[in-house]
Amino acid sequence: MSQRLIIEAGRTERQYWRDLWRYRELFYFLAWRDLLVRYKQTAVGVAWSFVRPVLAMAVLTLMMKVSKLPGDGVSPLPLFVFCAMLPWQFFSTAFSESGSSLITNSNLVSKIYFPRLVVPASSIITSFVDFLIASVFTVILMVWYRFLPPVNILFLPVFVLLTLGASLGTGLWIAALMVKYRDFRFIVPFMVQFGLYAAPVFAMTAKIPETHLWHGMEVPVRLIYALNPIVGIIDGFRWCVLGGTNVIYLPGFVASVVGVVVLVWSGLSYFRKTERSFADMI
Amino acid sequence: MGDSVIKIENLSKRYWIGHQAVLGEDHVHSEGLRHVLERALRSPARWFSGDKNRKPAGVEEFWALKDVGFEIKQGDVVGIIGRNGAGKSTLLKVLSRITEPTSGRIEIEGRIASLLEVGTGFHQELTGRENIFLNGAILGMSRVEIRRKFDEIVAFSEVEKFLDTPVKRYSSGMYVRLAFAVAAHLEPEILIVDEVLAVGDMAFQKKCLGKMQSVASSGRTIIFVSHNIGAVMGLCNRVVWLAGGRCHMVGPVREVADAYVATTSLQVERRTDLAKIVRYEMNIRAKLMSLEWLDGVPLKHGVPARIRIEVKFTGDVPDFQLSLGFSTMEGVRVATFDTDSDRGFAGASPGDGIQAFELVVDSLVLNPGLYMVDVMTRSGNDHELDNLRGAASMEVVSSESTPVHFFGKEPSVRLGGRWTAVNH
Repeated sequence: MSQRLIIEAGRTERQYWRDLWRYRELFYFLAWRDLLVRYKQTAVGVAWSFVRPVLAMAVLTLMMKVSKLPGDGVSPLPLFVFCAMLPWQFFSTAFSESGSSLITNSNLVSKIYFPRLVVPASSIITSFVDFLIASVFTVILMVWYRFLPPVNILFLPVFVLLTLGASLGTGLWIAALMVKYRDFRFIVPFMVQFGLYAAPVFAMTAKIPETHLWHGMEVPVRLIYALNPIVGIIDGFRWCVLGGTNVIYLPGFVASVVGVVVLVWSGLSYFRKTERSFADMI
Repeated sequence: MGDSVIKIENLSKRYWIGHQAVLGEDHVHSEGLRHVLERALRSPARWFSGDKNRKPAGVEEFWALKDVGFEIKQGDVVGIIGRNGAGKSTLLKVLSRITEPTSGRIEIEGRIASLLEVGTGFHQELTGRENIFLNGAILGMSRVEIRRKFDEIVAFSEVEKFLDTPVKRYSSGMYVRLAFAVAAHLEPEILIVDEVLAVGDMAFQKKCLGKMQSVASSGRTIIFVSHNIGAVMGLCNRVVWLAGGRCHMVGPVREVADAYVATTSLQVERRTDLAKIVRYEMNIRAKLMSLEWLDGVPLKHGVPARIRIEVKFTGDVPDFQLSLGFSTMEGVRVATFDTDSDRGFAGASPGDGIQAFELVVDSLVLNPGLYMVDVMTRSGNDHELDNLRGAASMEVVSSESTPVHFFGKEPSVRLGGRWTAVNH
């Protein structure tokens, strides 16, 4: 029962991962709280997790129809759009919520000790649950269009995991930065808005030319585009769910995996580095 | 470590104070994002390596704690006193690991829990039941532990009926009761408590301090921070006196408290807002709102004094009675004024709304010294409505008209009498 605790400058480092395990219940409880609170005092409740992506999909599909964008040319357009909306909405809500989580929980941070990592990590859960609920709509769409997914769909968890990683990494960076610079409160909505256009929601990555001649130089446009980890993730989702002409652009996939690993690793280390002064700054 | 459960050695904590009054430890804070980006672009390597020891320009250092050291033994109830800014809160934060020390070392033996406020992490939208679980988890209880103690917590809080109501619909009293109930059922070996738990009306205080005392008598160690010396004296056996971030004095409660009272001039206010004090009861029919010393503070010995008390009435208060008393810092009552014995307004039952009452004291016979002021409203003589112990602090000084040159150390009543030398 008796345990010895030593508090010294820089000491938390050594006990950190043990503490993180000890505070796993807090992780559950915070996630549970966010889920409970999310739709309190709303008329349709959880249906919002469903309605929002569906509406967004409807608008985008209409937009594509009007501007005569072909999608992948084979699979139904709503399904084509939804396969991109799903991971994109998950990623964007997850990272923006986990990014602002420390600020919204500042009363906890300044009054109680716990490994701060618990807060941004648990706030991703809400978005993940939303993602799962919205996924049900994919199934409904498939049934509606009598679309049988290819065997590739077995690889879907890999890409879900990649999206989780990308969200966590970005979320950690922003959470840590926002404690110090509230500028990020304004930067994040911009990232979410702009990101939708930077992601291959409207067209396939394959439609982007391999290279482009620019001032006499061969610029590898598609590779540069694929450096955005979300590009690889969305391509992966389409490959898993739609298959057919939706192929995985291999350099893009590698860039995604490497990008996510770097994001998570650097996010973690920056968060850990700044964490000890959160209570003093928040 | 012997029998000491907490050992603090040379503990220091530095803050940087910038122009923009941003506090933070060991970081550049007066800089905006723009400057940081600029620096990062100019020399990325140095930025990543985090050149921390460089003293930022235009920033001053401030030692909130400096070389603090003391030991706490198993079963001790230690009070930490000091004025505002003495470093009490910083010490608490370092002890409860919310913030890291700049240098020094603390060794703690045993499970530790800290209560810097009641209801940390309570969520307005969640029900009482849900908040018990959430708050319990935040304070470090496991799910199993909370479930085991759930009934006990609910019984202690006395809000059974509202368990499934969102706490945003709670009165502030209910809210505090629920929050305290969760906190009171923590079972750490060492408990750190901030003074928020020591304010409040009589019933709340009794219950909180009572619970704390039962914790202490079961062999646990308590660290209690307060600038209310009365509460410290009533609860603690040892006291650490912090001043200017340093350990000024450590010792048995009596010794340190006497020294503290002797050098510290109390902050006496001309008007005290009593409405904001946390009450344990929810619907008080005659709630004390404010206390004002119409002839100014401090009070003068042997001089008339007028005291104005505002009371807010809601509902029927038959035979309203009001009393005001002076106690020593240890809580011993030395003087009482009561509408009952003074036949102020026997049998009055005022209507709803705020009403003011004035007490005129022809000649204040209190010895110069420091007192706590207690105020109470009653309905009849056996129905307490609002009972605030230590509602305000008051200092009585010697006056020109009736100088008191010798009064010893004890605050008490100086009665008048006729002295004659009798020759045999």
